[in-house]
Amino acid sequence: MKLVLPNPGLDLRIPDYNDLERMDKEEAADRPKWDNKAQYILTCVGFCIGIGNVWRFPYLCQSHGGGAFLIPYLILLVLEGMPLLLMEFAIGQRLRKGSVGVWRAINPYLTGVGIASMLVSLLIGLYYNTLIAWIMWYLFNSFQEPLPWTQCPLNENRTGYIPECQQSSTVDYYFYRVTLDTTTSIAESGGIHWPMVVCLLAAWTFICACYIRGISTSGKAVYVTAILPYIVLAIFLIRGLTLKGAMNGVKFLFTPNVEELMNPTTWLDAGAQVFYAFSLAWGGLISFSSYNPVHNNCKQDAVILSAITGLTSIYAATVTYTIIGFRASEKYDNCISQNIRTLLNTFNLPEDSITETNYDSAYKHLNSTYPDIVLGLDIQICDMQKLLNEVTTLHVYTMFIMLFTLICIVFLQGVEGTGLAFIVFTEAITKMPGSPVWSVLFFVMLLCLGLSTLFGNIEGVVVPLKDLNVLPKKWPQEALTGVTCAFAFIISLLFAQQSGLYWVTLFDNFAGSVPLLTIGLFEMIAVVYIYGIDRFNEDIQFMIGHKPSIFWQASWRFFSPVIILVILVFYLVTQAQQELTYLVWDPNSDKFPVLASVPYPSWINAVIFLLAGVPSLVVPFYALCRLVYVTCKQKEQQNDKISHVP
Amino acid sequence: MLEKIILLLCCSCAVAQHLCTPDASDGYKVRLSIKTALEGQAYEWNENEMFLFRATLAFAMRNHIREQKFEVSNIIVCNETPRVSFWFVVTSPESTSVLIGKEDVEEAVRKSRNRINSAFLLTDKTLEFIGILPTLAAPVDPDTPPWLIVFGVVMGIVGAGIILLLVSSVVQKKRKNEMTDDEENCEETRVKTVENGSVGEGVYNMSFSDDERFTQM
Repeated sequence: MKLVLPNPGLDLRIPDYNDLERMDKEEAADRPKWDNKAQYILTCVGFCIGIGNVWRFPYLCQSHGGGAFLIPYLILLVLEGMPLLLMEFAIGQRLRKGSVGVWRAINPYLTGVGIASMLVSLLIGLYYNTLIAWIMWYLFNSFQEPLPWTQCPLNENRTGYIPECQQSSTVDYYFYRVTLDTTTSIAESGGIHWPMVVCLLAAWTFICACYIRGISTSGKAVYVTAILPYIVLAIFLIRGLTLKGAMNGVKFLFTPNVEELMNPTTWLDAGAQVFYAFSLAWGGLISFSSYNPVHNNCKQDAVILSAITGLTSIYAATVTYTIIGFRASEKYDNCISQNIRTLLNTFNLPEDSITETNYDSAYKHLNSTYPDIVLGLDIQICDMQKLLNEVTTLHVYTMFIMLFTLICIVFLQGVEGTGLAFIVFTEAITKMPGSPVWSVLFFVMLLCLGLSTLFGNIEGVVVPLKDLNVLPKKWPQEALTGVTCAFAFIISLLFAQQSGLYWVTLFDNFAGSVPLLTIGLFEMIAVVYIYGIDRFNEDIQFMIGHKPSIFWQASWRFFSPVIILVILVFYLVTQAQQELTYLVWDPNSDKFPVLASVPYPSWINAVIFLLAGVPSLVVPFYALCRLVYVTCKQKEQQNDKISHVP
Repeated sequence: MLEKIILLLCCSCAVAQHLCTPDASDGYKVRLSIKTALEGQAYEWNENEMFLFRATLAFAMRNHIREQKFEVSNIIVCNETPRVSFWFVVTSPESTSVLIGKEDVEEAVRKSRNRINSAFLLTDKTLEFIGILPTLAAPVDPDTPPWLIVFGVVMGIVGAGIILLLVSSVVQKKRKNEMTDDEENCEETRVKTVENGSVGEGVYNMSFSDDERFTQM
């Protein structure tokens, strides 16, 4: 297909092959480069594998009927994620610039794409680092026995717990009240919660320290932050597999419910998840691959990275599902023992007369003899399949809390005392060192996952700022990082308010969805139709020695753009049809402790436009502005020429 | 005479027994879950255990109302079930037909709850007094929050790291500047020796020497 838009002056803006060879040999000192290939791969792996892999992916699996979700996910990984990945790697390696530089080199009118990437990276980085701050808070609080989220404060006359804690759970109370002190709506700011400010300071200082010299410091940090999560997940996997009911969960994960495959939302969710999982359109990947040597095999890198991401998602889902299986099994046992206790107490039967084995027959017998009394007892029906299928709402933190509660139950014993006597824990838990160790391990893992993603994020913000001359080029890397982190810390104080949780959810829903899809679409169009797919193929041949196969050609020209367009259109359509609501923690609501669904105030629409609309519209807006500027300048020059004619 | 005394005792027993009924206004229901709490080491509930219960409760009443000396006979039990649950009432030591009020019994049990529980190797959950809520243990609350200490340590390390990196980059730059200065100086000295011209003063540059400096004979 020869469809390429006219692009004059392209050769003047980009280095040609001789320049590239020369740059490769001379090893220009001013441009940072990787110490070795492993650092590059680990940085990319760390960037792609984030906290979302640990909770968002298992949540999506569970809400789409278990294993069925894996099939569209893996298919779209190959059709949508891998081609886009190779495109970003190759364009960065060829043009040897950050995101703004690359798009400006392809065509100055496209600089908007780079600016949009930078804005999206900044917005995402702000709320992502708030998650890191929360994780750090929990990490700092893990160094005590007993752990503070295993106990409720007492009420005034010491006969019971505070009602807010009693009705929900210790973990919920600790998160919503002690950590955040949440208000009941996003409009009530409630003032700054100072422990959160302290944790945000810690988080930004930490990321600043790791990235202070650019990739020469962060490249060393990734050896820990990218590898440690895998080790910790392995430990949790081994522990999880020894728990009762774990295999139920794993079986549930790997048995597909074929009906779900017919549901279009499954495919849409899978496509969106692949897109976000690969951190595409953030600009960080382009920057990272521009530090590679010219003849680095980027095609192999793209395939390796896709494989690692897919396998890690499955690995993390398996770990989570062993724990879900255990939790369902425990809830089932609790349900049965609760019923047994009620029956024993009501009919004053000896303790051993009804056990779990003869529960059904005993229940039938009692029901037939005393149907009225049994009816009045409100006996719950215990259904294992229903418990495995239980889906928590996708509130950012409900998922985090669910995972965290599971970890607590499994390793930290004592969160829910009732029914513990009826559950047989394996001896291993009594032989394990104290629960704080497990808590520390879990939060260090989450911290590493989050930090490694943030490295890519910050790269996607600092490098474009330098390219756009917003930050002076003469400044050393340390000053650039320091100023960016300080500025971001001040803005992120928005999330340290008591209503901060709702702002984080808002950012998560809107800043990280539509803009990324639109930028990805523009990127594909820019490379395929403005840079020229033939020129791109030749570049790849120059860099790695052979042209990409027909699979890549078809994906770049057709499959990937179409998939992204479909997801974007469907997403916009569903969003436009829904009323904008969000979930609040309101102790006075009827449904407490379930989060109440409340409509957003009207001024939120302006905020949503800022978050989602501005980055998406920057691309055409910048092109338009530049057009106007260029035509004005041309007119001026013409006027000058006319006036200078003697 | 003897028969009269026996008759009187039986009557008083009957009367006393009459005071203990399920849902009595001054009585409490007790429920024990021995097998749940102790599993393999559970003991059988029999008359002796019941005697221990009545004695423990009398002890609790004595602790609460110090003026009166409660005896085991003041604790009357009825309506025992195989679940191991029963009702009890407490009579006054001065007159066996008068019952001690609900509030006093509750206070007495609350005060000595720990002792009653440990007499039976049970806990608040497995030895239940229906209607008397156990007072809960206060949550552990240290004076300095431990998280501030950890935060201080972490920030100290991170701050030290940042300062170290900044200082080392400044030092590196200085060294670079010094090295470039040295190179410039070296070039100048070489220039000087060339200018002077005499053989003895300069540094002999071996790279340009021939293998045979002097013509061989």
